[in-house]
Amino acid sequence: MSTRTSLDVRIGTGVPLLVADRVDPPTRHGWVGWVTTTDHKRIGILYLVTAFGFMALGGIEALLMRTQLAQPGNTVLSPQAYNEVLTMHGTTMVFLVVMPLWAGFANYVVPLQIGARDMAFPKMNAFSYWMYVAGGIVFYGSVFFSPPEAGWTSYTPLSSGPYIPGNGTDAWIYLIHLTGISSILGSLNIMVTISNMRARGMGWGRLPLFCWSMVAQAVMILLTLPVIAGAVTLLLTDRHFGTCFYDPHCGGSALLWQHLFWFFGHPEVYIMILPAFGVISEVLPVFARKPIFGYKAIAASSLGIAFLSMLVWAHHMFATPLPAIALAFFMLTSMLIAIPTGVKILNWIATLFRGSIVFRTPLYFAAGFLVLFTLGGITGVMLAIYPIDRQVTDTYFVVAHFHFVLVAGAVSGIMAALYYWFPKMTGRFLSERMGKLSFWLQFVGFLATFLIQHSLGLSGMPRRVYSYRADTGWGVDNLISTIGAFILATGVLLTLVNVMWSLRTGAKAGPDPWKANTLEWFAPSPPPAHNFDVTPVVRSVEPMRELRRQIRTAHRSGDGDE
Amino acid sequence: MASVAPRLPAVALITVIAYAFDCDFAAAGALLPERGGSPNADRIASLYTVVLILAAVVFVGVTVALAFALVRYRSTRSPTAAQIRGNTRLEIAWTVAATGLIVFIAVFSLTKFGAIEHPDRAEANPAAASEAGIGDAGHGVLHIRVVGRQYIWMFQYPNGATSFQEMVAPVGVTVELDISSRDVAHSWWIPKLGGKFDAIPGYVSHTWFRLERAGLYRGQCAELCGRNHADMTAQVRAVAPAEYARWVARQKRLIAAADRARDDSR
Ligand code: HEM
Ligand SMILES: [Cu+2]
Ligand SMILES: [Cu+2]
Repeated sequence: MSTRTSLDVRIGTGVPLLVADRVDPPTRHGWVGWVTTTDHKRIGILYLVTAFGFMALGGIEALLMRTQLAQPGNTVLSPQAYNEVLTMHGTTMVFLVVMPLWAGFANYVVPLQIGARDMAFPKMNAFSYWMYVAGGIVFYGSVFFSPPEAGWTSYTPLSSGPYIPGNGTDAWIYLIHLTGISSILGSLNIMVTISNMRARGMGWGRLPLFCWSMVAQAVMILLTLPVIAGAVTLLLTDRHFGTCFYDPHCGGSALLWQHLFWFFGHPEVYIMILPAFGVISEVLPVFARKPIFGYKAIAASSLGIAFLSMLVWAHHMFATPLPAIALAFFMLTSMLIAIPTGVKILNWIATLFRGSIVFRTPLYFAAGFLVLFTLGGITGVMLAIYPIDRQVTDTYFVVAHFHFVLVAGAVSGIMAALYYWFPKMTGRFLSERMGKLSFWLQFVGFLATFLIQHSLGLSGMPRRVYSYRADTGWGVDNLISTIGAFILATGVLLTLVNVMWSLRTGAKAGPDPWKANTLEWFAPSPPPAHNFDVTPVVRSVEPMRELRRQIRTAHRSGDGDE
Repeated sequence: MASVAPRLPAVALITVIAYAFDCDFAAAGALLPERGGSPNADRIASLYTVVLILAAVVFVGVTVALAFALVRYRSTRSPTAAQIRGNTRLEIAWTVAATGLIVFIAVFSLTKFGAIEHPDRAEANPAAASEAGIGDAGHGVLHIRVVGRQYIWMFQYPNGATSFQEMVAPVGVTVELDISSRDVAHSWWIPKLGGKFDAIPGYVSHTWFRLERAGLYRGQCAELCGRNHADMTAQVRAVAPAEYARWVARQKRLIAAADRARDDSR
């Protein structure tokens, strides 16, 4: 159902443009319109709103855990409740918050950035969204019965055998199935859209970097989500139909699960972080008023990371019995992946050098991302050295490491994306004052919460413990971490308040508020259902630069006046 | 600001080095892994120290470069942006530099692994071993089986004795552990005695330690194994070799007596 563009005409602006000849179907109004929509922009907003709702739930769960851990021997949560909340938090944040938030931004932005009128398969797109909702409902339905409590990794035999009463693990399995369908179909859609529906003149070498990162993400999703879908199906049959894939008592292997899980689980980390890389690559050049430094290196390193991410999974298993050669292999591949990641960071900093930097909120989040994500990446290299890993894996050191990557990485990227694209989505700016305050609260709160956890891990505090004794000496660090978590949560809350407030009262943005480089800023804000009345011919990586210039000269010469 | 910036990395580096070397034990647990119980834990901590220093240099370098760019090139001070799209030579140079650093860390680490993974035979102490009553069959190495189950650790000694939750082991003797599980996955970890090794049903993990001085070394299960995972603690009591020999013999007698008493009462 692609847009058929046929005419190459010059409209009064003097800008070379393509006129589309398809007419929009009438859009329905009210909630029926939202439920039945197949418009990529509305689906994108549905994803974003739903996922921010789940973020509130996941955040409350995080604060519950941090409150329980604030002092030794606390009794806010029972051991069972702690494990339930822990499992709900991790699973929610991964499958119901970060992945769908990126699906939301990608849905909204990708077709606009490539000059398309919708996704390649709009109905399948809506189906993907509703599968995500179904997964969330099935999973949170378990709260009323018996929530899962085996952690977001659901290691066997704890999850496969008779060790946990209740059926919570089944709800977890169905969540993986349903959100898996959602993500796989969503990625197919993104792949086909980007491959086939780019505006005339937009070769692969002119594809915006956010789109490149979505291509890399789609490759990883298409290759690894089927594996976890299969793995949880085997878990389901082990649990209910007497099969024996993971049970050592009848010839199965408890480690098989770990291999299958992490073959998906490690790329999953990059599935969550690569779109953030894309956002940073869009935001930095716009606010430095300077082209991205090393476009090709950044695009290529996304693909390199996608490839390498599938060769490192057993670094999550260094404490299990593995042959020496496997240990060495997975250590070296894990270190290798630091190279494309490091190259990106250097390219981003070089983008800022000799620029003319405008300090708006998206830039704050992008800069915060650079500092904190670098730290998370560095501890990642340390974890690749397996004797070191064996001291700190499964401790708070690792909790700190992955929150640096996921919160300071993925969530900072999400915040930058929200402040950057909100004017496109709504026609209004988010408040800068609230935005900057929100950034500082998040930045300071984040450091207080997670920096200190490295020390907790080094001094022996394992992760996933509901409590600890006073004589361990972990009380002070834990209290600091809990206070930090509340500051961080206040910061996130302030952004939500900002969204509510700015929807009605925010300053009007106009189509091109940031003087940005990519085609979404050529459409009105918010864009009409068909996105573009006319799509321009793309002549460079930064089509908006020429368009702006041409529009300006056309206006000056007088023949473009309305 | 710009005048302080170049000095920052030096200051940070000195702080880290001071912490790492001077306040050896004070830093353990805050900046470095625990050490002081067994050579493998000490060697991991030393390796970690080197890696941490390199990591700190990289992190400080990146942060200073970023801070400098943000301060120096803000639009008020730098009204026009240079339109640069890249610099192939520079990009190749830093890719090579990053690769070099990674290769250095990998090779340096690999040279340290042997002594961490395997007990040094030359350092074995035959006198202590024979005092502890470990015959030549074990080549002076004491083998203890560690079995995890919800929610307690069981230890089986070569003479058939067992103990729960607390392992008793002789100072100066190399102890090798065979770690397994009866139910779900657990993870054996005493921070001062080295890294953790998972206890997985159907598999056996191996590790070792050699106690340097008498004392009590605490740890706890490090793999989520159910609701009482947090209470699955373990400790190793390091005693003189002769005391170990007495303890393990008495432990065997006590168990045998308890078994007889149970059989009689049936
Ligand atoms: C407000 C910010 C957050 C706080 C305070 C927080 C706190 C926590 C805490 C206390 C734990 C439990 C650690 C343990 O007992 O092992 C945890 C686990 C986890 N968190 Fe977060 N978290 C936050 C945000 C996030 C986000 C945004 C993600 C994104 C993906 C995330 C992913 C996870 C995962 C995967 C786990 C592991 C769950 C498991 O062990 O099964 N968290 N977090
Ligand atoms: Cu355990
Ligand atoms: Cu445990």
